[in-house]
Amino acid sequence: MTDFNTIIEAIDSSLNSMMPHSAAVLVECILAAVCAIGAYLVFAIIMIYMERKVCAAFQCRVGPDRVGKWGILQVFSDVFKMLIKEIIDIKNSDRILYNLAPFLVVMSSLITFSCLPFARGLQVLDFNIGIFFIMAASSFGILGILLAGWSSNNKFSMIGAIRSGGQMISYELSMGLSILTLVVLSGSMQISELVEDQTRGWFIFRGHIPAVIAFIMYIISGNAETNRAPFDLPEAESELTAGFHTEYSGMGFGLFYVAEFMNMFIIAGIASTIFLGGWAPFYISGLDGFNEAMCWIPGIVWFLGKTFFVIWLLMWIRWTFPRLRIDQVLVLEWKYMVPIGLLNLLIMTICVVMGWTF
Amino acid sequence: MNLVLLFTMIIASIAFVAIVMLVTRWISPRTFNRQKGEAYECGIPTQGSTWIHFKAGYYLFAILFLMFDIEAVFLFPWSTIVQELGIKALVGVLFFLSFLILGLAYAWRKKALEWK
Repeated sequence: MTDFNTIIEAIDSSLNSMMPHSAAVLVECILAAVCAIGAYLVFAIIMIYMERKVCAAFQCRVGPDRVGKWGILQVFSDVFKMLIKEIIDIKNSDRILYNLAPFLVVMSSLITFSCLPFARGLQVLDFNIGIFFIMAASSFGILGILLAGWSSNNKFSMIGAIRSGGQMISYELSMGLSILTLVVLSGSMQISELVEDQTRGWFIFRGHIPAVIAFIMYIISGNAETNRAPFDLPEAESELTAGFHTEYSGMGFGLFYVAEFMNMFIIAGIASTIFLGGWAPFYISGLDGFNEAMCWIPGIVWFLGKTFFVIWLLMWIRWTFPRLRIDQVLVLEWKYMVPIGLLNLLIMTICVVMGWTF
Repeated sequence: MNLVLLFTMIIASIAFVAIVMLVTRWISPRTFNRQKGEAYECGIPTQGSTWIHFKAGYYLFAILFLMFDIEAVFLFPWSTIVQELGIKALVGVLFFLSFLILGLAYAWRKKALEWK
């Protein structure tokens, strides 16, 4: 297993030897930010291409295949087209809030993205309250969506934003409860510690029944958090044209689009971090040779493999189920997910206290 | 160092969006047309403002959300020390959760969870 901490420390010491400490910190911060934004954009492009191809496969189509080999340049051409589209200023909108909304949405998803552990040490932000911080930062994005809908002065946007707000705050509860269940099992909230703990067995196996229930709950509420079908009411295109970003043209829309895709990546990344072991390789206690062999696969491959597996799962759900009604969405959350989540938390506590975990 | 990095990420995300918006405003064409400024509501002329009194059935859910979100804030510190406290943690949280479930049952009974 390569440890990125050593590489980062080497960079740190070489920078410190070249320049004064404050300048070294500045250079490191710029490096970290550039790497994070670069990775953010690369994954966004991969996700958009993957979504289109997976969608096409589910609908027995070919998907984009004209621009470049297998259509891999399609996303780039789309981004370029979006970049040269006119930005239209709406007459009656609230200018300041209208322009502020994409900042909030992108900020929340970028900060959450920088908390993901890609490999041992390859993580920008690693707080001791890690997973709690991720929840706080990701719920920040709701504010941007509400602002976008409100400031556009458009009925469709407004309804979309209010729906989105109601849905996202509701589903944050069951997401919080399923994460809590896992924190009870691990006894730590720091992301790096959570993953380090899972090098001797992933939490979904160690926590058996309650962890599996929590995983299913997490996937459902994650789908609702990212406003994807069957929970895509905020941007139900047949009812509300495009929901909260109806009035955004060109890159304003593009930023919302990228942030939405990256939120899906983040949801999948957190799912793979806290349930499926992050960069920790597959581990079966007793089979030393097998574990040794698994350790040869680099951590980043494990992390991305698990993340893209969860993303594929989310896409499968998205292209299979029809859209729910708003009352069905809220009933599912408040009458099923919250009571089941609370009960599941209790079961997990009993399991941990009695020592019925692996 | 972590807080410095957090601050950096906030600045970086603001800079990223600002640069993208500036670049697109710089290279995209701009023409004026009075119709363009209208809100897009499927081609029908916009009737009145959107910023009116709005019956949102969501406010009850928002209040309930507040209650349960505060509960999550209380439960997170508890969840990290369950293994140390052992059976005491279980008994304590049983009381805490029973009050919460009572609250949820009350809201359910009062039909606050129904969408009207």
